[in-house]
Amino acid sequence: MSGQSLFPLLEPLLPRVRKPVQYVGGEGNAVVKPWGDAAVHWCLMYPDAYEVGLPNQGVQILYEILNEQPDVLAERTYSVWPDLEALMREHRIPQFTVDGHRPVGDFDLFGVSFSTELGYTNLLSALDLAGIPLRTADRAAPGDGLTWPVVIAGGHAAFNPEPIADFVDAVVLGDGEQAVLLITDITRAWKAAGAPGGRTELLHRLARRKLVYVPEFYDVSYRPDGRIAAVTRNRDDVPERPAKHTLTDLDSWPYPKTPLVPLAETVHERLSVEIFRGCTRGCRFCQAGMITRPVRERSITTVGEMVDAGLAASGFSEVGLLSLSSADHSEIGEIAKGLADRYEGTNTALSLPSTRVDAFNVTLANEFSRNGRRSGLTFAPEGGSERLRRVINKTVSAEDLVRTVSTAYANGWRQVKLYFMCGLPTETDQDVLEIADLAREVIRAGRRASGHRDIRCTVSIGGFVPKSHTPFQWAGQASHEVTDQRLKLLRDTVRADREVGRAVGFRYHDGRPGIIEGLLARGDRRVGRVIERVWRDGGRFDGWSEYFSFARWEAACEAELTGLGVSLDWFTTRERDEREILPWDHLDAGLDRDWLWADWQDALRATELDDCRWTPCYDCGVCPTMGTENQIGPTGRTLIPVIPVGRTDASAASAEPGPAGSSPVPSDLARVSASST
Amino acid sequence: MARVRVRFAKRGRLRFLSHRDIARTFERGLRRARIPVAFSAGFSPHPRVSWVGAAPTGAASEAEYFEVALSAPMEPEQVRAELDAALPPGLDVLHCVAADSPPLPDRIDASRWRLRMPGAAIADLDVAVAELLGRESLTVERATKDGRRRVDVREAVVWAVCRAENDTCAILDVVVRHTTPAVRPDDVLTALSAVAVLSVPVPPEPTRLEQGRLREDGTLADPLVPDRDEAARLVGQLEA
Repeated sequence: MSGQSLFPLLEPLLPRVRKPVQYVGGEGNAVVKPWGDAAVHWCLMYPDAYEVGLPNQGVQILYEILNEQPDVLAERTYSVWPDLEALMREHRIPQFTVDGHRPVGDFDLFGVSFSTELGYTNLLSALDLAGIPLRTADRAAPGDGLTWPVVIAGGHAAFNPEPIADFVDAVVLGDGEQAVLLITDITRAWKAAGAPGGRTELLHRLARRKLVYVPEFYDVSYRPDGRIAAVTRNRDDVPERPAKHTLTDLDSWPYPKTPLVPLAETVHERLSVEIFRGCTRGCRFCQAGMITRPVRERSITTVGEMVDAGLAASGFSEVGLLSLSSADHSEIGEIAKGLADRYEGTNTALSLPSTRVDAFNVTLANEFSRNGRRSGLTFAPEGGSERLRRVINKTVSAEDLVRTVSTAYANGWRQVKLYFMCGLPTETDQDVLEIADLAREVIRAGRRASGHRDIRCTVSIGGFVPKSHTPFQWAGQASHEVTDQRLKLLRDTVRADREVGRAVGFRYHDGRPGIIEGLLARGDRRVGRVIERVWRDGGRFDGWSEYFSFARWEAACEAELTGLGVSLDWFTTRERDEREILPWDHLDAGLDRDWLWADWQDALRATELDDCRWTPCYDCGVCPTMGTENQIGPTGRTLIPVIPVGRTDASAASAEPGPAGSSPVPSDLARVSASST
Repeated sequence: MARVRVRFAKRGRLRFLSHRDIARTFERGLRRARIPVAFSAGFSPHPRVSWVGAAPTGAASEAEYFEVALSAPMEPEQVRAELDAALPPGLDVLHCVAADSPPLPDRIDASRWRLRMPGAAIADLDVAVAELLGRESLTVERATKDGRRRVDVREAVVWAVCRAENDTCAILDVVVRHTTPAVRPDDVLTALSAVAVLSVPVPPEPTRLEQGRLREDGTLADPLVPDRDEAARLVGQLEA
């Protein structure tokens, strides 16, 4: 019988693996429904370790929305570490869900959410462990019904799914909330009719209804020089350009309502509340900001209700207000003050990741850390020189930064972390060396503002990876040698500075994983065989430095691409011209290709672009194409007072005066960072 | 300030929780149940929960204990019911009592464990137990994060008996004194395998059945009884 629990087989193996708790399920607010009662069975996966995957909001949202349907069952699975994988293979235990410990192969639909391309090898592990043929070509089966689940990719990385086109049956572009319900409806009706025509017919129905992109319904041809000649559909009734889904009115979709509360330790131990989706700041490197347009705010009222209900349902002691640039919410000041008032005395920490460099953010951070210790604030100027910041359209002047950090230090913050990227288009050694100048100015400003010398600044640097559907999609990626050499120069310069050298910390990891991320981010279908070879050679968990092997990827590229006239460099460091057909051009994120090109040209001229929330529309194309518009406040409302979890009738303040009663928020948690990647 | 002592069980698949997992889950459960927990003072206030020696990851238990300080009074039975309802099944709150007597750790110096050993032959286990109990001392090594540690299992074992649950599963009951470092069920197993030929094809399932003060007859005194007696005495006084 389908859907039987594998737990009795798994349990004896668990004492032999690291952190067995990650495989047992049983989280707060998890749902296990009877298998037989459901008409449609969904398995949802985040293809990374449980500790990373469990907090993923996308999976949690879809899990809850699907399980709210009376005749739908949704369970979750995550990547198993190699120690358990070996035991599962030895004991013939297939990939299982953590909720009911059911075989993934028994489900109708297998949705996999990709936040990063480095999860692709883990997809192959899961498919193989589930007993699903790796390649879609091997999943064709005659007759009715499903032999294996239909594999559906989603998430930001799925906006260029071509490198995994051989392995996934369908792709959902954009917001998944409504899409999963519509896919469910079609699957339910198709199954009720006896699942006619098997897998191919179901895929055809989903594609015809414009719900998904089905790679096998599109053929790709190549020119002798290796570039794409054409991408053409091989069925007339599927869309020429499958388009992304856009959820409008986020107030009607306040998910997750009952967030999962993990038993194991995970990377984010907090209640996450998304305060808006989309971003129109127009940072040219930022794929998330391009593909999630337009801006759709949740109202202050809904945010307040979600925080209240989420804390009550979870028992979390920290709230993170998420978005791509949280301080840009039209009522963020009211939200911050309202929440800080409401949760004063309850030992609930508030944090605001992803904000920008400006003094207002220090005010917000102060609000979030009332009475608490002020340890660290993060700002992300991203580019070292003002010219480079105009190239990437992240307009922050050195004066802005110094003014902001001065305010922060004067308000008692002790450490500032600055986040930059290296390897940006047009970047020179000089641009990167200006990071040292900025760090020096920051330390000096901090010493002036605070009146003492014990001031720290950490410079954290990531390698830039060009992504699809951005103005930088045509750019040549900097080689890891160039990036590593520039950063060595920078580090030597900082260290040689006798005045501030010791006050500046330096964080950087080597540039090679970024090259592979670049290969996967802008690759086409030919890259699929590289992924498969890497996986067959043992590649797993490529996002983890202890598992990632650059040599393995290089060797696989050499073996699989050379005969095709392309290479790792061809996919990464090569600049594309305007006419080249890009592997994802047939996928519609709403962005007008001419606008993207014009913005790329503006970038090369270091010309900035304003945010369309406050200045006239600059015709990126999204709103007219998708029939959407920015949905922003202010609503003019304030948070209604509630008695929150953690404050009891005899509140801590009256029962226990003194430091404990005055409720310090552990404010090292009150981060303000400007990263939007 | 009122303090409540709690006995809870860790059962089924939740036996794979580590002590840190349990502590986090209880802290959230206390918040979810709206128990008025007192917090420590200082820059990063923590809920005032004190734990008494935790069963190892992978071991089930019917007798785990902690003590929590309250910022406002609450009936122990109400704490028990509401906290239990706020925790996942498998972390089950068994008893709560108001703390009125000397510290809990002073009343716990031994544990009684039961090991289910599927696939182990009872005859072999019998021999191994007799052999171990016949020794003066038996030291085993255990790999820990900080290298290898040696513990004397024989010194810690007070008594041990075994029986057959059925044809395919042996049961070992053992009382172990709390030593530093602690002797854990897998140490007992290592010791038994060291003194006799004992095949354990499947990892055994250990369950801590009791913790308490070791009496002369080898039984354990329930550490919450003095608090319960004290509560009963106070109620008696009030009624009288």
